[in-house]
This record gives sequence, structure tokens and C-alpha cells, in this order.
Amino acid sequence: MKKVFGRPQSLKDNAFHYCAGCGHSITHRLIAEVIDELGIRGRTIGVPPAGCAVIAYNYFDIDMLESPHGRGCAVATGIKRTLPDRIVFSYQGDGDLAAIGTAETFHAANRGENITVIFINNAVYGMTGGQMAPTTLLGQASTTSPPGRSAALDGYPVRMSEILSHLEGARYIERCAVNTPANILKARRAIKKAFQYQMDGIGFTLIEFLSHCPTNWKMTPIEACRWVDEVMSREFPVGVIKDAGAKGPKP
Amino acid sequence: MQGNRVIGEAAIRAGCRFYAGYPITPQNELTEYMAENLRKTEGGTFIQAESEIAAVNMVLGASAAGARAMTSSSSPGISLKQEGISSLAADELPAVVVNIMRGGPGLGNILPSQGDYFQATRGGGHGDYRTIVLAPASVQELADLTMDAFDLADRYRNPVMILADGMMGQMMEPVVFKKPKPRQYPDCYVMKGAGGGRSKFIRALILDAIRMEEHNWKLHRKYQVITKREIRHETFKTDDAELLIVAYGTAARIAKGAIKRCREMGIRVGLIRPVTLWPFPAEAIRRFSERVDTFIVFEMNTGQMLEDVRLALNGAGTVHFYGRPGGVIPTPMELTRFIEHHTKNAWDRESQQEREG
Repeated sequence: MKKVFGRPQSLKDNAFHYCAGCGHSITHRLIAEVIDELGIRGRTIGVPPAGCAVIAYNYFDIDMLESPHGRGCAVATGIKRTLPDRIVFSYQGDGDLAAIGTAETFHAANRGENITVIFINNAVYGMTGGQMAPTTLLGQASTTSPPGRSAALDGYPVRMSEILSHLEGARYIERCAVNTPANILKARRAIKKAFQYQMDGIGFTLIEFLSHCPTNWKMTPIEACRWVDEVMSREFPVGVIKDAGAKGPKP
Repeated sequence: MQGNRVIGEAAIRAGCRFYAGYPITPQNELTEYMAENLRKTEGGTFIQAESEIAAVNMVLGASAAGARAMTSSSSPGISLKQEGISSLAADELPAVVVNIMRGGPGLGNILPSQGDYFQATRGGGHGDYRTIVLAPASVQELADLTMDAFDLADRYRNPVMILADGMMGQMMEPVVFKKPKPRQYPDCYVMKGAGGGRSKFIRALILDAIRMEEHNWKLHRKYQVITKREIRHETFKTDDAELLIVAYGTAARIAKGAIKRCREMGIRVGLIRPVTLWPFPAEAIRRFSERVDTFIVFEMNTGQMLEDVRLALNGAGTVHFYGRPGGVIPTPMELTRFIEHHTKNAWDRESQQEREG
């Protein structure tokens, strides 16, 4: 008998604590599959954030150094500069990356740090219970924007990937979703490309995931997956935002 | 050589291979020295970070990845670094943090001050932790203690702070660099990828209360060992002293000047100078109370180490305080007058009591 499907080696045999229908577990699995496929498990170091993925080290069977809230790109910079031949990725949510850690993310991209950032955009602060995030859509209700996000009072959703794409040091940025099998396959390709670029010394790469959060969106998993397509991806269009990989390794 | 630059040179000689910093006066020469020299050193990384917060978190990453790592700043910037210092302590990662203190609170000014004593010796950031705090009082000591700081950080896997002030950072004195000891840091603590073996993780988040408590007690036991083994202090003219000044860093130098003047006037004053501010030389100070009755705590603040001296004496002896906060550098003359005032008053009282008796 031939084994056709199994747990990636880079994932531990632990049940995810994520809510039913959450996008995190899919993303975890995709990263682990890519690490296995590239054969880099032994030399990959991950940096989990503060947020829903704070105990990602319970799932990834690779070396991991937890970062204080928002500082993932700074911590990853310290690791990568010390061990340039390791594959270093930071895994961050939207509050972590686009609010408290904006400066660290922006400047790591601008320095062209040869790291990969996995950016989970679920349009809310998940772990703390569904507060408004920088990426919360206009009109979207959250516990800190109960009537819906108001442009006048709360500002606009931040398109971090587009902003970062203007920086010379950022070499590859793609926005993906994990709400359908087709999108999941695209996302897997994007992660692989980002890691491959890092291995080739190309520079800063970031993959944003529109990640469904049924619990805090107060939807069923199926409704949440639909909402990604019908509402969220209008504000945050999926696709390649920048690919300067052909420029080769950063000078 | 200038104090700030000496710290940089001592760090590089001690094997520091990662430095991240952010400009702030009066410590800029240290950042500049590292920019100039660390990138020339094999395997050396210098990063001018986007903030103090980013700098200390880069140090956290580099330290976990096995580099001897350092960051530096001055008072307002050290406040920003506290998040990272707390994380380093929680993660049990070695790092050296230099604070070239200036006047505060807030932005304060750029003049020498000792206003960050509480912050440095009580941990500084959130949570139940301590950092080893070294207080140099000369450029030579900046060199020696910087090298020692890396060894101590490795030995206890804990952040070590060099607590100096703008005077120490800016002044120039001759210096001899000692030969650094070879680094002793077990490879098992270095995060470098799992290789063919088991993966590991370093984290500060422990959601389970009992396990978090265990971690706190584990850290506490380590701090007890540090307190037992690593206390350092210097004494100066204490053999025949009737009165003792307790001062550290720049204030201790000023105190030495005052002691010279007092002794010319026949007042037998000595100095006890804590070199480690945490752990604090409480026992040494207490022992002096067996033969000295009057203590003068002298600081460039409104009275911070004063509390530790009072705790050490626990009611034994009289404690006076003289301090100038805000970046004022007190002169030996004004301290002399203060000492004179207190000794004279004390002796006057004694003679009065004798007359009345």
C-alpha cells in the first residue's frame, strides 16, 4: 500500500488549538509542506508572534524563537545577520505587523533583510477577542468599533503589502487567500517562491494571507470563506503585488 | 581614549559580534565606534536600527542565534528597551546593555545624571526579574567591566547592564585593555536550526500558571546565586573612617575629591563604592555599621541608592543624603561642606551632651 497523504515532517503531532474554520492551521501546514519539500527543516528558524499564533512552536517541528509583540522582523533580522545561511521567517498577524510592529516591518523591508514574512491578515485582533485591527474594513463591526469602522474616527484599512512594495529592499510580495482549494495551492506556491528567493539571497519577501476568522467575524466557517472572496478581497486584492526576484540577489 | 569609544573597543575585543543601536546623546560615540569598527571585524554585524525597541529585539535574535550581542543608549532610549530587556531575562538570553545616563525624567537633558538607578536595579521592565548592573567609575573600569559584562551575561544567561553617565561616556583617560577570556557558552543554548535532531524553541509566554511560577522561581534561584557570588565593591580610606560616604560611578570620583579635602581638615571620612549596583553590596555596608555610625549617601539624583543603603543598615547608624539631580555635576567642595556640616553638628551635639551630662 502506498501512503499518499500524511503529516509534514516539519509539523509536530499536536492538534491545533485554533478555532474551527481558522485560516492559521492551513497556513501552518502549507509552510511545513514547503519546508519539507525544500529539504530545509534542519536549517530553518521561525519567529512566532504575540497573537493567535503565539504558540506556533507547539506545531512547527523546527527551531523557533518567540518575538515580543510586533518585533518579529527585528528578531528575525538579528538571527539572519548572525546565521546568514539559515532560512529565517517571521510569522505575524495584522495587529502585530501593521500596527505595533509597523516600524520594524517597514525598516526590515527597506534594509532588504533576506528574510521571509508570513503576514496573516484576518481584519481583527483575534487572540484578544476581536478588536479593530489596522486592516479592519470600513463598516466592519468589532469589539472596539461596535457600530462598524468609521473612516472619520478610525481611519482606513491599511494595505501594508502595497505600502511595502514601494520599498526598493522588498523583492517579492504576494497576497494570497486560503479559503478555497485553488487559493490554497496558489498560496503554497507563493510560500515556496518566497523561501526559494531567500535561499537565493534575493532579499525581503512577504506573503500576506487573507485568513478567515469565523469566531471573531461571527460567521460560520463557510460564510467566512465566502466573505473573503466577496468582501475582503475587494479591499485587499489577491495576487502578486511585486516580484523583483529577477533582479537577482540584493547588492 | 574617550569612554564611549572604550566601551566599543572593549566589546569588540571581548568577542561582541553584533551591535544594534539608535542615535542618542551622550552615547553616540559608542554607536559610531561600532559602525566604524564592527563591520571591519570578521563576522561582525552593525545595524543602525529604526528605534531603540528594534535595536534590543535585534540583539535578542542575535543572542539566541549565538552571537555575543550588545546595544547601548541613554536614559530615554533605555526606557524603550525595557520590553526587550524583560524578554531577554525571561528567555534566559545573554546580552550587554549600556546606559550612558542623562538628566530626566522625560527627555530631560543630555548632561550626566544617575537618575536611572531604580530602573536599572529593579529589573526595569515588567515582570519579576533582575539584570546584573555594573557601575564603572573610570575609563579603565569601563573597559574592564565591559569585558566582564559579556562573561557574566554568558555565565548566567541574563542581560547585564553597564550603568554609567554622560561624564563617564565623554571623558578621556588612558586605558589598558586586558586580555579577554575565551568565551564559554554551551552550544546547546544556541538556536541554529534543528539540523538532523530535535527542534527547540525559546519563549517567554507560559500560559499555565504553575509552569510560569516554576519559571519565576527558577529565575529567582539564579538571582540568588548571582547575589551570593557576584557582588563587587571598592573601599577607599575606610580603615580609620568615622564617617562613610556611599557613592558609585561619577559621584564616587567626586566623593574621593571631597574625602581628600576633609582629611586635610582632619575629618576622617572614607568611601564605599558599589561596583555592582545589583547585586548590591548590602552586607559590606552593614558590616561597616559595626564601627561607623554616620553614613552619607551621595548620588546625582534625589535619593535612589539611598533606599538600598537604608535597607542594608536596617536602622543601624545615621544616614544622610546629598544629591544633585537633573544633570548638575556636584563639586567636591559642596560635598565637603555637607560632610563638614554633619560632622560638626554631630560633634557639637556630642559635646553639648557631654556638657549637659
